[in-house]
Amino acid sequence: MAEELTFSTDPQWRVKVGLAEMLKGGVIMDVTNADQARIAEKAGACAVMALERVPADIRKEGGVARMASPKIIREIQAAVTIPVMAKARIGHFAEAQVLEALAVDFIDESEVLTPADEENHIWKQSFRIPFVCGARNLGEALRRIAEGAAMIRTKGEAGSGNIVEAVRHMRAIVGEMKRLTLLGEEELIGASKQLGAPLDLVRWVARNGKLPVPNFSAGGVATPADAALVVQLGAEAVFVGSGVFKSSDPERRAHAIVKATTHARDPKVVLEASEELGEAMKGLDVRQLDEKELLQTRGW
Amino acid sequence: MKIGILAVQGDFEAHQKMIERLGAETAFVKAAADLEAVDALVLPGGESTTQLQFLNDEGLFQPIAERGGKTLPIFGTCAGAILLAKEVKNPAQASLGLVDMTVVRNAYGPQIESCVTRGITTLSDQPIEMVFIRAPMIERVGPGVEVMARRDDKPILVRQGRILAATFHPELTEDATIHSYFLKLVRDER
Repeated sequence: MAEELTFSTDPQWRVKVGLAEMLKGGVIMDVTNADQARIAEKAGACAVMALERVPADIRKEGGVARMASPKIIREIQAAVTIPVMAKARIGHFAEAQVLEALAVDFIDESEVLTPADEENHIWKQSFRIPFVCGARNLGEALRRIAEGAAMIRTKGEAGSGNIVEAVRHMRAIVGEMKRLTLLGEEELIGASKQLGAPLDLVRWVARNGKLPVPNFSAGGVATPADAALVVQLGAEAVFVGSGVFKSSDPERRAHAIVKATTHARDPKVVLEASEELGEAMKGLDVRQLDEKELLQTRGW
Repeated sequence: MKIGILAVQGDFEAHQKMIERLGAETAFVKAAADLEAVDALVLPGGESTTQLQFLNDEGLFQPIAERGGKTLPIFGTCAGAILLAKEVKNPAQASLGLVDMTVVRNAYGPQIESCVTRGITTLSDQPIEMVFIRAPMIERVGPGVEVMARRDDKPILVRQGRILAATFHPELTEDATIHSYFLKLVRDER
């Protein structure tokens, strides 16, 4: 590497990205109670995301979606040995402070919850706990990294059971990174302006062809083949929200998605994982959703 | 010489980068058949519960437990060290039992306790950088185990024959001291 990012040698930063590295190749599952967390761990999840309602229910029930109650988070922390993540509302740094005080292992500043600030995201560099943030394109991913995110995930369309948006976002991020690698030095300032992203990060991506933090996929994964798809498109690990516990047989489906993630490039194993599963969650046609029903347009 | 890296979950790519930098060939191990083609095995960091499940599912557990240390030198970091232990606590968990040690999972606490420090090993006079991420603690080692580094008096780098285990992540640093030593163990030229 010709030059390092100014923050990449900071020990705090390296420890944050280090945990993200440990989660690679794995599946992070949304859980709403200790029992679900145990099922997820037993099925081979590499981490769980503690929340009060899965995205499909948030979508159905409406109302303001907030950080999960500390009680639920504590119960989940006590139930499993794998890392426990929890969601904070976009821009709600006080929720993030509470989650840090709870010593969760990772905070997801998530568009699935109702945003608390429509102008600003959380300044994540001032926290000791690592953050993951959603992104629909490279500019958004790099803005979040500049704020201190140690992991990026596609936003997809949470709670839809429809992989189309996660695919769109992963292809956008990977495609824009490829494009940067072809640009000359003098073109990078223009790219930085166009992406709305800091020049040092744009330069880093242009030289390395990847994000400086792990790049995961989320939002709409419902089947083993969905997981295999996003991994082959470039996701280094997979988040599954409503897909597991909104299906007819969560234990088997969880295990099947874990297996398909590790063996994404081996169709025989993905086939094996796809067999004898109960029904997947029903899912939504994202095109039929109203603009204001979309979760992915929250944040910028 | 080809170094296999268990690639079911975790930071296997970081190990690959480090080992290839040292000039050795690598191959990812995801199934029992992959083991036949390698001369040594790295068990990377990650989640030991997830990795353990794959070892069982893929029929890797038995062959590694049987060949480990004999015809198969092994290097495990963090989760890999947990898998190598004779006994695992907090909670109890099945393990390969290849190193006579007791390991306590998540002994330093959650992510907020993760850190980067520097420490001395028996391999060099210079301190090396050590990245601890939700690290386990080696609580006890048997008489046949050489302790090569300590942190707060607890062993963090140990060797039993041709098996090496670290509770930290040398693969997340630029320092190749420990990986170089492992390659020497593999070539049997200590």
